[in-house]
Amino acid sequence: MLEVGNLACSRGDHRLFSGLCFTLQPGQIMQVQGANGSGKTSLLRTLCGFLQPDEGEILWRGKLVGDLGEDYYAELLYLGHLNAIKDELNALENLQMSAGLAGYTVTEKQAVAALRRMGLQRREHLPVKVLSQGQRRRVALARLLTSDAHLWILDEPLTALDVGAVGLMQELIGEHLSKGGMAIFTTHQPLQVAGVETRQLSLS
Amino acid sequence: MKKLSLLGLLGLVLRRDLLLAMRRRADVLTTLIFFVMVVSLFPLGVGPEIDMLRKMASGVVWVAALLASMLSLPRMFSADYADGTLEQMMLAPQSLSVLVLGKIAAHWMLSGLPLALIAPVLGLQFDMSVPALWILVIALLLGTPVLSMIGAVGAALTLGLRGGGVLVSLLVLPLCIPVLIFGAGAVEAVNSGMSVVSNLSFLGAFMLFALVFTPFVAAQALRISME
Repeated sequence: MLEVGNLACSRGDHRLFSGLCFTLQPGQIMQVQGANGSGKTSLLRTLCGFLQPDEGEILWRGKLVGDLGEDYYAELLYLGHLNAIKDELNALENLQMSAGLAGYTVTEKQAVAALRRMGLQRREHLPVKVLSQGQRRRVALARLLTSDAHLWILDEPLTALDVGAVGLMQELIGEHLSKGGMAIFTTHQPLQVAGVETRQLSLS
Repeated sequence: MKKLSLLGLLGLVLRRDLLLAMRRRADVLTTLIFFVMVVSLFPLGVGPEIDMLRKMASGVVWVAALLASMLSLPRMFSADYADGTLEQMMLAPQSLSVLVLGKIAAHWMLSGLPLALIAPVLGLQFDMSVPALWILVIALLLGTPVLSMIGAVGAALTLGLRGGGVLVSLLVLPLCIPVLIFGAGAVEAVNSGMSVVSNLSFLGAFMLFALVFTPFVAAQALRISME
């Protein structure tokens, strides 16, 4: 369970938001809404611990995330604007490396299966630099399939994705929630997970 | 799904950086060629005065090694920063210091180690004696890791800054002066028939000291740079 209490965040002298409170229970999904520059990404980065909040606290399973440190990170999967994939490596190597950085190993078979599910058949051994933007995003998203993290923090996961991939994402998030996972995301496109109500958080 | 141990993670980062370097060989060769060129220019410029060359040899090799290792420093974290991998490294469920140590080790294997291995060949141009060449290699093997480690702190501090490449040299070079003094001093000691133990011990001590502190400091600097 993720609890956020009285959170305030600013960039420079500009106060982005303050007094933000919400609780996310297992199986719940929340969309962060707001205009460009309203602090959606800053909120997600604060939840990841990249930014220090001005005020307020973030609790994971009842403990401050600052105190949990690496135990919190083990249960967290963050996908930002940047894909965190290397042009020089192929899709398979990229997936295995990012799994490694997240602290677990995936076998080649698991990685290939994940990439196939993301619609990257016969692209596994191509250097990522020859893939299109949408395909690169799919390589990055394949991490969702190999990870067993409970909390997914997704910043604009649907950028550059086609309709089919958006449908696949909805399916993946649905499976994740049904296993008791949680997800927070930002998007400017509609994303509805069947059978689950998407909670809305508006920053203004 | 198998969890990765601390050492497993260290190995993974090391393997990853070496693999990336193999796919992008030009970057590695730049450092090495720069080193070879700078050292080779001195005998040509100074002329064939054996005594003078022999005297300046260790200093020239060490200064060139110092400058060559500066060349690749700005690239140490910048690619990972630009493509978002660094964010993922910070979220690794292990200490960031270990990941930084892996990157430092990879940087050394790609910049410091090749320099140390090729140095004896270059030393021949200065008519260095065989014992002096041996000590030169040993001193470089002890000293270049320190350059990579101190350099990592500088690279982490200047990450994402414009003109960071110049700044990192300004930050790091003064801190590397002790390594230069004792490294060059070791070879001088052989030439004048004194014991090299004290110089090499100092280099070893620097290395251990840096090994303990710099990964942690660089990791903290990275966290600041990511804000």
